[in-house]
Amino acid sequence: MDQSTDLLSGRILILGALSGVAEATARKLAGHGGRLALVGRRAERLENLRDDLRVRGAADVRCYDIDLVAEAHKAQQLSDIAAEMGGIDAVLVFYGALGDQTTADHDINEVARIIDVNFTSAVQWITAVIPFLDASSATHPTILAVSSVAGDRGRRSNYAYGAAKGGLSVFMQGLAHRFAKDGRLRAVTIKMGFVKTAMTAHLDNDGPLWIEPDDAADAIVDILKRKGSIFYVPWFWRFIMLAVRSTPSFIFNKINL
Amino acid sequence: MTADGANGAFQDRNRRSWGRVARRPHKVASPRFRDEVQAVLVGGCQSYKSVLGVGLGRSYSDSCLNPDGAVVDTTALDRLIAFDGESGVLRVESGASLWDILEFAVPRGFFLPTTPGTRYVTVGGAVANDVHGKNHHRAGTFGNHVLSLGLMRSDGQELRVSRDQNPDLFQATVGGLGLTGLILWADLKLTRIPSSHISQQSIPFHSVSEFFDLACESERDFEHTVAWVDCLSAGDNLGRGIFSRGNWSEVGSLTNEPARNRLSIPFDPPAMALNQFSVRAFNEAYFKLNKARAGESTVKYGPFFYPLDAIRHWNRMYGAQGFYQYQSVVPPNVARDATAEMLKEVSHSGQGSFLAVLKTFGDVKSPGMLSFPAPGATLALDFPNRGEETLRLLSRLDRVVDNAGGRLYPAKDGRLPPEQFWRGYPDAETFREYVDPKFSSEFWRRMIAG
Repeated sequence: MDQSTDLLSGRILILGALSGVAEATARKLAGHGGRLALVGRRAERLENLRDDLRVRGAADVRCYDIDLVAEAHKAQQLSDIAAEMGGIDAVLVFYGALGDQTTADHDINEVARIIDVNFTSAVQWITAVIPFLDASSATHPTILAVSSVAGDRGRRSNYAYGAAKGGLSVFMQGLAHRFAKDGRLRAVTIKMGFVKTAMTAHLDNDGPLWIEPDDAADAIVDILKRKGSIFYVPWFWRFIMLAVRSTPSFIFNKINL
Repeated sequence: MTADGANGAFQDRNRRSWGRVARRPHKVASPRFRDEVQAVLVGGCQSYKSVLGVGLGRSYSDSCLNPDGAVVDTTALDRLIAFDGESGVLRVESGASLWDILEFAVPRGFFLPTTPGTRYVTVGGAVANDVHGKNHHRAGTFGNHVLSLGLMRSDGQELRVSRDQNPDLFQATVGGLGLTGLILWADLKLTRIPSSHISQQSIPFHSVSEFFDLACESERDFEHTVAWVDCLSAGDNLGRGIFSRGNWSEVGSLTNEPARNRLSIPFDPPAMALNQFSVRAFNEAYFKLNKARAGESTVKYGPFFYPLDAIRHWNRMYGAQGFYQYQSVVPPNVARDATAEMLKEVSHSGQGSFLAVLKTFGDVKSPGMLSFPAPGATLALDFPNRGEETLRLLSRLDRVVDNAGGRLYPAKDGRLPPEQFWRGYPDAETFREYVDPKFSSEFWRRMIAG
């Protein structure tokens, strides 16, 4: 069995299932007959998703109402989920929060919250799930984390969020390096550009750079079938960020971004 | 973002109808989950003069606009809730598009019981406008296949409406232009298909009378019938066109075509690009080409039902001024004469376009108090907006429709005269009693002011 059918119809844990891109991705996986574990914070909304994914063909959908940031017993929760699902073949990390940079500029609690949500809790879940992936019989058990182009260079409008996502990207890069030695497990980083979701609804989210959650989901499912560990979604952000990263500070500092 | 994925705050957005004649600022909220809707609706009613549920905004007229008030955009409520593979009954959230349903249903051997000419409308919009399709003579309207609806009123109460439960409110809501409350979900009875292909025949006709003969002889053996008319031809050619009829092919696969639009009109072309000479030339060429090609063929369902879906933003074709669509239905006994008279007016004015569609409606009774379809013939015409000149032509067409005892389609017509609306829809006075006191639209305010 090749990587694609093996993984896409496998037992997939989705952290932050209520995000717009997570839901769109789950619908694609349901179409492949995947067995999905949805983790999020509102039971009723997770059940809305579960009904939809079942109708669309998911072989099994389970909901877990867990506060991903505050949860103290992450390994135990994963162990319970793995027991109910019969194992975990892949984990997709979608959750995150933009936070409020103008508050974070002076408020250490907001800084801590942004780092906790986007980085600290995420890398704990990722670390805790590795033993379950080791036990999986999938050809290439996979961790996929949705990071952000904001992590490629600090900017005044969202550097706390950018720092957390940048940290997540580096962590995933290191994990990919660790897994490369053996070649079985995979660690995939998605550096996401602008997506029209609830996270960005307060911004003027229209224009050529903005994509629909459904387009992001298509890209993610496609990436799950491929080799490689760092992907920009959509792809053209690779070149935008190359330009952003290589702009000298004396120019960059004059740009309001 | 909120960690629970909610998105229910009202924000400033410009919205316009599909005809693009009007563009207005709106307060828009886009809830993603059913449990958010109550707070959004109740809050919206407290903060603004009125609210209106909207979908993908494919209504050509002002029936999908509510400037000065707020709108609840339902398109993020697009989940499938339950499906019974035996009966074909699908429960779906109201913001799901017909494409969302087809993507799911076609590979399973099901199709929409009837479909309008675009997949990009929501279920809520299809119910609120009680849309129809090429199989009206067999299947009736969309509402004929809606078993029940979840309806939230402005007081936050969720009602279940069907032919048995709150039947009056059901009849008011189907075709009710979104004015009876927010449609949350619908139970639809899908229809089984043997393949996703249509065996079709194209037959040229040379007069209105020939069209009616073809329609009459085709209704028994063909599920889908429709005709394109060259609305600029005059004299001996008046009312010529291409009749198309088809049935689901018994052989072939059950496959969807990709939803992506390869073609797009990215900006407004200058209005001059479409003038009566270019349209006349196009219609002439289109008629000749299809006449030469006439005969039988098997086509995928996409090009058969949704030819315009292949071009994103096709409504930009008419330039920045936008366009009017005009769709009437006239009773059977006068249909031939009234249709010929309307085509004469259009041809004489030189204002028509290439999107002129003629179809006969059958006798299946529409379930809604304001449902547009009625037995007889329906003619749909597009007119680039040329201001007064266009409005004068439409008034002349109004007189023909009125004299024939016909009526106009509110979803299509952004200038439908109120007197004609109240005359054309005898149940509208009854309907009025079921309008939610906090729901309104620009269209409705025009009607009750008149």
